[in-house]
Amino acid sequence: MLALSTAQTLQLNDQGQLRHYLSIDGLSRELLTEILDTADSFLEVGARSVKKVPLLRGMTVCNVFFENSTRTRTTFELAAKRLSADVINLDISTSSTSKGESLFDTLRNLEAMAADMFVVRHGDSGAAHFIAEHVCPDVAVINAGDGRHSHPTQGMLDMLTIRRHKGDFSGLSVAIVGDILHSRVARSDMLALRTLGCTDIRVIAPKSLIPVGIEQYGVRVFHDLAAGLKDVDVVIMLRLQKERMQGGLLPSEGEFFRLYGLTQQRLALAKPDALVMHPGPINRGVEIESAVADGAQSVILNQVTYGIAIRMAVLAMAMSGQKTQRQLDQDSEV
Amino acid sequence: MSQTLPTPAELIPALAAELTAHLATRGVTQPKFVGIRTGGVWVAQALLTEMGHDVATLGTLDVSFYRDDFTQNGLHPQVQPSALPFDIEGQHLVLIDDVLMSGRTIRAALNELFDYGRPASVTLVTLIELDARELPIRADVTALRLSLPADQRVKLRGPQPLSLELRQLGAVTD
Repeated sequence: MLALSTAQTLQLNDQGQLRHYLSIDGLSRELLTEILDTADSFLEVGARSVKKVPLLRGMTVCNVFFENSTRTRTTFELAAKRLSADVINLDISTSSTSKGESLFDTLRNLEAMAADMFVVRHGDSGAAHFIAEHVCPDVAVINAGDGRHSHPTQGMLDMLTIRRHKGDFSGLSVAIVGDILHSRVARSDMLALRTLGCTDIRVIAPKSLIPVGIEQYGVRVFHDLAAGLKDVDVVIMLRLQKERMQGGLLPSEGEFFRLYGLTQQRLALAKPDALVMHPGPINRGVEIESAVADGAQSVILNQVTYGIAIRMAVLAMAMSGQKTQRQLDQDSEV
Repeated sequence: MSQTLPTPAELIPALAAELTAHLATRGVTQPKFVGIRTGGVWVAQALLTEMGHDVATLGTLDVSFYRDDFTQNGLHPQVQPSALPFDIEGQHLVLIDDVLMSGRTIRAALNELFDYGRPASVTLVTLIELDARELPIRADVTALRLSLPADQRVKLRGPQPLSLELRQLGAVTD
């Protein structure tokens, strides 16, 4: 079992700048704000006719995905390309690991191809952390989701969505609804919201889908959707993770929708201008009704656009932190 | 050897007059103005006010994503969005910065501008031009040409009021 708390020190260089992006845990409010500000600038780049800047020209970004993903992988790819990096997509589930090569050996091989950055998705919690600790220190590692632990770019794209629509985090009430137990998005959102000064964070789910020890995140737990949604500014719906559901946690999808599905009627309990968010992919009729998902309060598709900007920011900042560290190491050797 | 510098307030009217004459010579009647963050935006605002143009029409560039020193110095921590409130395609642009030194900022700014479109022309205006060029880039219009010792820099402070300051470097970093 890895000590995930060491992610804090592993993520930063000697000057406190990002060099890996593994978890929101341990990152300061200033650093999270810097990520959001940088992403705002990249959002402007995305609105130009030439949606590309030369920042990472000549560098190679490896998308190493041990788990399926469409949205995250393609937005990381687009982000890296808009920074002018070269991108390699590696779908490990169909490559050498099935021939018996270990994770370590696969990565050493990629490193030998002079990759400057690894974007990693893995089904095991702590995988990105393991890679950041054990590959060449010059390679920046970005966590694109590890097990139930963390999905820090999704967390920050959610924060960018909230900040762009609501301005500030203090005074906001944010509800996270659904399968909290299996959700790395929920963990990253709770940590980011708290760090950025949100004081009313609510999680709404049946008892069987709430993890033990959730209190450490400074959230209020609701088992009743109507009570939890009352007067909130933001509703973050989570996907019911069918592939992670090992039976026994829920009677049926229909029952889940009846109790926890977001309908227009239930959304009316939140503030009239409340935002509806969802990390995607959405299960229509399971956790969210189509009328809500496609409704005026939904910012689900904006989240995808903001996701590219957040990923550009994190890629650029981590690469910058690595370069600075290399310079510091060289200077200290002289 | 120390020099006393004039104030920007003294330099701006001359800069405006020279720019107006320069644009007239080239037959440019409806230029679009773009300031480079941060000092160039301050100079541009003062210049537009002096020339009687609406400051709200000013475009701003943050060239952080286009700098050539990313691999040495990393990303500037306070990047702000560039904002051009007009289409630059086919337009005559006036690009404004505070101090022209190596020319690297202007190189980055030109690259960024061309990602927005193809302007008809770009005129470079700087408050000060130092003879420390590292690239073949010169200002078309400038208010003050200076020669400084290698360990001195000139810095514009602002936004209100604008002032020029000479700084001694601890060591030459070039």
